[in-house]
Amino acid sequence: MSTATVQDKVATSASGRAGIEMMTITVRVKRFNPELDSAPRWVDYQVEADPTARILDSLHKIKWEQDGSLTFRRSCAHGVCGSDAMRINGKNRLACKALVKDLNPNKPITVEPIQGLPVLKDLVVDMEPFFQAYRDVKPFLIAHGNEPTRERVQSQTDRDRFDDTTKCILCAACTTSCPVFWTDGQYFGPAAIVNAHRFIFDSRDDAADERLEILNDREGVWRCRTTFNCTEACPRGIQITQAIAEVKRALITRRVI
Amino acid sequence: MASGAKGARGTLYRGREGMWSWVAQRVTGVLVFFFLFAHVLDTALVRVSPHTYDQVIGTYKNPVVNLLEVGLVGAIMFHAFNGLRLIAVDFWSKGPKYQRQLLWAVVGLWAVLMLGFLEPMMQHTFHEWFGW
Repeated sequence: MSTATVQDKVATSASGRAGIEMMTITVRVKRFNPELDSAPRWVDYQVEADPTARILDSLHKIKWEQDGSLTFRRSCAHGVCGSDAMRINGKNRLACKALVKDLNPNKPITVEPIQGLPVLKDLVVDMEPFFQAYRDVKPFLIAHGNEPTRERVQSQTDRDRFDDTTKCILCAACTTSCPVFWTDGQYFGPAAIVNAHRFIFDSRDDAADERLEILNDREGVWRCRTTFNCTEACPRGIQITQAIAEVKRALITRRVI
Repeated sequence: MASGAKGARGTLYRGREGMWSWVAQRVTGVLVFFFLFAHVLDTALVRVSPHTYDQVIGTYKNPVVNLLEVGLVGAIMFHAFNGLRLIAVDFWSKGPKYQRQLLWAVVGLWAVLMLGFLEPMMQHTFHEWFGW
């Protein structure tokens, strides 16, 4: 059984370093230093890696032992904060969730910044356009009428309606996997639409129309070409294309259900 | 230790069926557009004179144009069926969930119809090349 073998390996590496079968992998990083380089360049690093460890560990090893100038973002390192989205072997992933053994370690593993946002240095991009689109969809509860004295009650069914889109960690893996966003940086992008969806379909919120109007823009939901790259890239497994389609339908029928 | 690798271009994004069907939809769309362009021009020749029209259409009767025609039918059929799939993805609540199965249905339907089309469409070419 393959699962049993994997668990055995994890058990050995946790109990002591002796049992781990380490392997040498090549990590090919697309680097760019704005103070020295006129264009990005690929640099290969050889690293000793545990196949069951994450590619983030290899990046740490490079930074701590080989080249301290390697620059990337990471914070929690456990797939929660959404800081370390990068393009690994041609796909957007979180470096802290991509295991070496899943990335064909026999070949060089390519690591490059997410596409469509300006590269500041190495793997660090300017997230400001991404967060601007997020802010533009008003990602906060807007409720009119009398303030309730206790909590705003919601049925389980109403809560489930938007459960999927509450899981977003704003890592930008979806938005920067979108071919439309690559060529048209004005497009709101999947992440902003997901976070609009989270409030549009919330029964406690009163500003669905306002948000739908914002996304009715020519750079809004209608730019989506349903390539499903966002859905495949999302480290939280949010059905993003589905959420975007629901917003499209809400715009046509003018009904939020 | 660090060593330079060739080329600083980024990798091709490894999208799956959804991304490649989108690329195919774009490519077939452009092909159909250029066909329509030529088609409008040659049909407009009827206004010049029916004889000129017949002459121009007559030049199409060769294997090379025949292959282009087969390509055109293929492009139109894929574009049309995948277009229906995209409508289903946007307007059928289960569309996004079954987008992959829908794509394989599109490809399957396309292949079956193409196979059926080939014989009647390429009769002339088959005759010219193989004497069938």
